[in-house]
Amino acid sequence: MSNEIELIKDPGLPEHIHRRADLDEKYAKRAENQVAILFMLSAVGTLLLIFSYIFIDTDSFIFIPVMGEVNSHQLFLGLGMAMALFFIGAGAIHWAKTLMPDHEVIAERHEFRSPDEDREEFVKTVKSGAGAAGLGRRPLIKRTLGLALGLSGLTPLLLLRDLGPLPEDELTKTSWKAGTRLVTDPGDRPIKATDLEVGAVAQTLPELAEGEHRTLNDIAKDAVLLIRLRPEEFNLDAERLSWTHEGIIAFSKICSHMGCAVALYEQQTKHLLCPCHQSTFDVTRAAKVIFGPAARPLPQLAITVDSEGYLVAQAPFNEPVGPSFWERSS
Amino acid sequence: MKRLSRLRRHRAAGPLLLIFALLSIGTTFQVAGAVTNTTPTTADRSATIEEGKQIFLKGCSSCHGLNAEGGAIAPSLIGVGAASVDFQVGTGRMPMADMSTQAMRKAVVYTPAEINALATYVASLAPGPEVPGDEVLNYERDGSVAEGGELFRTNCAMCHNFAGQGGALTQGKYAPTLMGVEPKHIYEAMITGPQSMPVFSDKTLTPEEKLSIIKWIKAAEAEPQLGGAALGRVGPVTEGLLAWTLGIGLLIGVAVWLAMKAR
Repeated sequence: MSNEIELIKDPGLPEHIHRRADLDEKYAKRAENQVAILFMLSAVGTLLLIFSYIFIDTDSFIFIPVMGEVNSHQLFLGLGMAMALFFIGAGAIHWAKTLMPDHEVIAERHEFRSPDEDREEFVKTVKSGAGAAGLGRRPLIKRTLGLALGLSGLTPLLLLRDLGPLPEDELTKTSWKAGTRLVTDPGDRPIKATDLEVGAVAQTLPELAEGEHRTLNDIAKDAVLLIRLRPEEFNLDAERLSWTHEGIIAFSKICSHMGCAVALYEQQTKHLLCPCHQSTFDVTRAAKVIFGPAARPLPQLAITVDSEGYLVAQAPFNEPVGPSFWERSS
Repeated sequence: MKRLSRLRRHRAAGPLLLIFALLSIGTTFQVAGAVTNTTPTTADRSATIEEGKQIFLKGCSSCHGLNAEGGAIAPSLIGVGAASVDFQVGTGRMPMADMSTQAMRKAVVYTPAEINALATYVASLAPGPEVPGDEVLNYERDGSVAEGGELFRTNCAMCHNFAGQGGALTQGKYAPTLMGVEPKHIYEAMITGPQSMPVFSDKTLTPEEKLSIIKWIKAAEAEPQLGGAALGRVGPVTEGLLAWTLGIGLLIGVAVWLAMKAR
């Protein structure tokens, strides 16, 4: 066996194959006609667009197989514009491919470095310009210009402030406090324990005090789902059982995985399903995760009734609601 | 004119007039009484219950038990109320065709009269939600589309889809589409909580709010499709599929054509 290294030779350009239109005027003429037809189709498209904009009623519908009832104004506007744009492109491509010159051309790269004379000339121009502007003779202008330029550099630094402020305890706290009534969402009506039948659910939010407002951020953290089961269906430890009231159990609606609203409650299986990633929680076992990507159960809100019989929170949530974040302790 | 006044003074005019007056009052009462007397008497009701019981024994008891007490494969019907029966039988879900994941909507087996008898029989076992009458279901008058939309998005959209098209649940179960469902059946589903669906109590979702939801669903149903094919109205899933297969397929075709050398 030979150990000689054989250099691979530059294969060069492939042999140029002429197109039929290059060789035969008949084919060239045909290609020309084809390009013209494509451009004409584009023109027809634009006319169709103008026609449908002016003459077709905005509320007229026609039946198109497969598509069903379609608004004809919109349909022909869209078709016209699609034709106008597509056939300009198609015509240009067909023209370029069949008729424009197709000889392979090699464009050599030039050197990046400018010639020495050009470089010297540039330095000379800058120096003479600076001398003429008199920066050396007028220090006041030089210094104030320096100040202005230097300070303008601070602007982007200042904008970094908008990355903050840190959320502090915003992520760990909700509006629920001991004694906050649960009210319907929407409607804001307080709920009595007797209002819910077995198998019933209710979407709730914390009651607002006089003059208080609810922001979307509040709703995103405070939303709670109430579910009533038969008390004997629970499979809870004594503490969690004391957080329920006569079979009514309350969970944060915000998924512990990515924060979607978990409210697909299956009454027969007592499962709560998150619509985003199919995490499934078992209501009878304090929303234990039985399927899906969620890592933690939904936080349970301890509830009881006040002296008037309305459902209230016993205490705030004992853990942050919603998905995990860096500073979360558990 | 003369003839009329002569007739008026005729000897028999008084008695004839009296007889006519008595007759007209009597028949009016008869007709009026017939109109108000549509509420069935106790006897009618027990006859309906008996008819319902016979239908139940033939068609339902093999699963639900001879006294509707339930069994290993079917729940007890004691206390489910007439609304529940009207929903399950009236939408063809019951009797079930097969015992797979869930009872689905299909052709209705019983006539309205038979369904009414069945419902009356089941309601007689224990009190439960009643079938809402037409005067309750006046959603055109008592509902509000805007409010209904807000309620729908909070209470219904997670299972039934934001446009009421239905959606998947766990283990092959699903929330059915709400398009083309009768207002009565939507209302009954909310008050009875059939199958996987929970109950929406009248106190947390008032009857007016339920009517608003129905009005919103009917408005969504009537919504025209400006773009033609609705693609199931399920949003990004089918729209994305179409854009990726048809749209990007078209782009690939154009790219191949661009790169092809002309002959």
